[in-house]
Amino acid sequence: MSHDLTNLLPPHFHDWFAGRGWQPRVHQLELLALAQARRSALLVAPTGAGKTLAGFLPSMVALAERPPPKPRERRLHTLYISPLKALAVDVARNLEMPAQEMGLDLAIETRTGDTPAHKRARQMERPPQILLTTPEQLALMLAHREARALFEGLERVVLDELHALVTSKRGDLLSLDLARLFALAPDLTAVGLSATVREPDALARYLTPDDARPPRIVTVEGGARADIRMLEADRPLPQAGHTAASSMPAIYDLIRRHKTTLVFVNTRMQAEFVFQALWRLNEETLPIALHHGSLDVAQRRKVEAAMVASRLKAVVCTATLDLGIDWGDVDLVINVGAPKGASRILQRIGRANHRLDEPSRAFLVPANRFEILECRAALDAVEEAAQDTPDMHPGALDVLAQHVLGMACAEAFDADDLYAEIRGAAPYRGLDRETFDDVLRFVATGGYALTAYERFARIVQGKDGLWRVRDARTAQQYRMNVGTIVEATMVKVRLGRPGRAGQPGGRGGRVLGEVEEYFAETLSPGDTFLFAGEVLTFHGLTEDAAIVSRAAAGTDPKIPSYAGGKFPLSTYLAARVRGYFADPESWERLPAQLVELLDLQRLRSRLPGPDDLLVETFMRAGRSYLVAYPFEGRLAHQTLGMLLTRRLERARMKPLGFVANDYGLCVWGLRDIGLMEKTKPGFIDDLFAQDMLGDDLEEWLEESALMKRTFRYCAVIAGLIERRFPGQQKTTRQVTVSTDLVYDVLRKHDPRHILLRAARQDAATGLLDLKRLAMMLERIRGRIIHEPLTRVSPLGVSIMLEIGRESIYGEGADDLLAQAEEELMREAAGEGDV
Amino acid sequence: MNMAALSLADETNAPEAAFALGRLAAICDISGALWLPDERTLLVADLHFEKGASRAARGFLIPPYDTRETLSRLAAAIARRDPARVIALGDSFHDRHGPARLADPALAMERAALSKLMRGRDWLWLTGNHDPDLPESLGGSVAGGAELAGVRLTHEPSLEAGFEIAGHLHPAAKVTGRGGRLRARCFARDANRCIMPAFGAFAGGLNLRDPAFAPYFPEGATAHVIGRTRVYALGWSRLTGD
Repeated sequence: MSHDLTNLLPPHFHDWFAGRGWQPRVHQLELLALAQARRSALLVAPTGAGKTLAGFLPSMVALAERPPPKPRERRLHTLYISPLKALAVDVARNLEMPAQEMGLDLAIETRTGDTPAHKRARQMERPPQILLTTPEQLALMLAHREARALFEGLERVVLDELHALVTSKRGDLLSLDLARLFALAPDLTAVGLSATVREPDALARYLTPDDARPPRIVTVEGGARADIRMLEADRPLPQAGHTAASSMPAIYDLIRRHKTTLVFVNTRMQAEFVFQALWRLNEETLPIALHHGSLDVAQRRKVEAAMVASRLKAVVCTATLDLGIDWGDVDLVINVGAPKGASRILQRIGRANHRLDEPSRAFLVPANRFEILECRAALDAVEEAAQDTPDMHPGALDVLAQHVLGMACAEAFDADDLYAEIRGAAPYRGLDRETFDDVLRFVATGGYALTAYERFARIVQGKDGLWRVRDARTAQQYRMNVGTIVEATMVKVRLGRPGRAGQPGGRGGRVLGEVEEYFAETLSPGDTFLFAGEVLTFHGLTEDAAIVSRAAAGTDPKIPSYAGGKFPLSTYLAARVRGYFADPESWERLPAQLVELLDLQRLRSRLPGPDDLLVETFMRAGRSYLVAYPFEGRLAHQTLGMLLTRRLERARMKPLGFVANDYGLCVWGLRDIGLMEKTKPGFIDDLFAQDMLGDDLEEWLEESALMKRTFRYCAVIAGLIERRFPGQQKTTRQVTVSTDLVYDVLRKHDPRHILLRAARQDAATGLLDLKRLAMMLERIRGRIIHEPLTRVSPLGVSIMLEIGRESIYGEGADDLLAQAEEELMREAAGEGDV
Repeated sequence: MNMAALSLADETNAPEAAFALGRLAAICDISGALWLPDERTLLVADLHFEKGASRAARGFLIPPYDTRETLSRLAAAIARRDPARVIALGDSFHDRHGPARLADPALAMERAALSKLMRGRDWLWLTGNHDPDLPESLGGSVAGGAELAGVRLTHEPSLEAGFEIAGHLHPAAKVTGRGGRLRARCFARDANRCIMPAFGAFAGGLNLRDPAFAPYFPEGATAHVIGRTRVYALGWSRLTGD
């Protein structure tokens, strides 16, 4: 078989492989054979298997066999889509080298947000043969009036890191763009490149507009087993917190003993902390750099370049370096904090030793005792090669609305044809016509029950029955809004000096990077925080910047309490962690300090069975606390916390607040919950009854800050409101319309509106994680174990320590005001004025 | 708190909501309107009717229900206070096409609701920067400013001496406490001046700590913050900037 396949390679390709002492791999040849048979394919392979070359080899062979065209006659042959623009640039570089060495005269170009406008315009007129770009740029090109001419001869599309794209709204956008490409280019074949996933069949559906013609799945097994260990700390870990401070000397030591180390963390704040801590230990001044999404772009590019040139000893980074960029000689990966998912950790570990036949070397570093459990679960999962990639979801309606407007910008369309085309996109295969028509009406006139906006329609149906974009301004608005990533509003971090009365002095100087506005809003003048590897003192906010100065050496930063990482604990790891609790025999694999904690927990309270929910109640300083351990991730716990608080309020238990982390939640109030259960057995069971997802949820959604944020994302993506760009004046708040206000008004006057439906659909899996909460409530029915205690349990401490800043809601808001007012009255009384 | 204000405090008018400018007593209504009981007059600022349509004309199709919603809140305040006179302190319409839009057949319900509120009451529209010209067809009377019991009523606050009630700046208070953070519309006032919150359903708020307010409240201001069930009076030091 493989011998036959080898014949598919033209001689100079053979020579090139041979010249480097390589053999073409079987899957590379298989993909070549499939391409020549005009079949689409999904390649599932671990890191280091030569996926990228496998994806491009068929295009290179095909183009090598044709005489090189004159620039004017060049057609776009292959389109490559990557989730990261840095990856697109990196792959282009890796592609040019073999092309040159084989003497192929190929026009290979990239197109990203950084590509100058004149070059982008030229690419539409005179395209390269191979174009490497991102989903957002593809959407923009497809909405161009020349899209049909550009793409009708396209023969191949390569989708890199497909597994990482499809679970998000970007995946929805990409699927819709693919559906359009299949419609424009009759000869198109698609190839998806993916890391190992749980359900390759579901992923393969992205690569065909028709389930009756499924792509072939090519799987590459194994590779060398990764050598992963947990870093054993010398000192006992804290009960909570995410900084892993006590492990820094060990991490520094590992960095010293390896060539190049990638230190992954889950949040930007952790990155700042770890970087700072390592430099404090860095007596040898090893070149250790920092890389995360809010650093200044130039700064990030500098780090990336130094990395490629092997000038760095270590980089502390967030998910921005997760995906398949080849960073040269990384021989160690360290993951600080909880891994959150087994597949995620495998991906990250794959960054070390980009070669299939050598084992990757990695350390997991738990930051607190709970995280030891999570790291253990991840290690076990890796050993069993278990995968916990997330499920596919139905396509988002806000993304669909954006796409429909884009298609009208490209050319006039017939609604029936567009509907049929969209159903070719995998996430929209189940889209019903009524919903499609609602989306179409939304794009045209807002889709409101009150038809007041006919004359403002953005797309208009002509006498020929075709829909067209109204005018150039509408098309411009579409272009400004393309994409599904809604960033939190950012403000610049600018050096400056303090002024008077809490206002910064002057406009400030050099920009160090950006932080989320909501973070800047939590700072008061004089606060110190870590940013770009330095301790900064905050002086105040101007219209678009946080003014800061460098703090004196030795100043301790005030790090905001961060409730865990950005990623919720995967269901799979959560189940494993519950499994350890229930099975003391598995404890021999756990470090002594954790066994100690579990023993103590067993003594003071109890350990729940694998499907049980342990609920502890106790009194402390005159307040009643309820701590529950569902292990369903922070998002689901936050939602649960709010619903429980609401129920307790109705039961007149006077709840005061709650906190949640990935493992559990804690609710507290004025009346004794344990006593209530004693006098009214079943009270706690009722508290967790499944019907809380009915009316309680409805009522809560009305005022939920998370729901409002979800709605805001949908409104931005669907083009209902303008995106806010950095640098826009804050005072424009009076002029622009807040989506919170829109949400309130829409719920009251048009509750069936398509955008509310879109937000509800997002809430199921997004910020509220209702789906997971529903599954949990089902699981624990009749399995709640109540443990009345006299004081907080050893496990409970970890959750109680999360008590910090939480957004407040509903009646709690009035409590806050009353409290503040009371302080004022006391102050006034002190002056003897009342 | 002076005696004129204290005398108004009963179960419907909590002392936290009452204040006086000179001899004019005022009560902050939870809707964002200001009730002047001695004058039987209700003040509202920055209604911004038809803001939705104004944005829609620029290509952002936000819901067309804001006028309906604003009117329903205004109706509730009028039902509560039964004023003999209503004065709107400018920016009643979001743009100069607003009054004409209200004539659209689709907005018959809104038009009827407004007529019903105006019936049997003195109604004065002050002009604002968003609505410098208001047509007579609107009903009521139109003026650039007014005076009531020695207090100047105007859209944009001025730096002139004397007592003044204005709108225009859309004050909002941000409060941080042990339980978390909160941002809500508020009345901002000191002994001479009150700047009212925007009443319109789609009207945003500007943080009272923003420098835009500083010239009008050199000594700081008391914020009467609109809560869910009542109005709360907070001192300057309790407010935080954005």
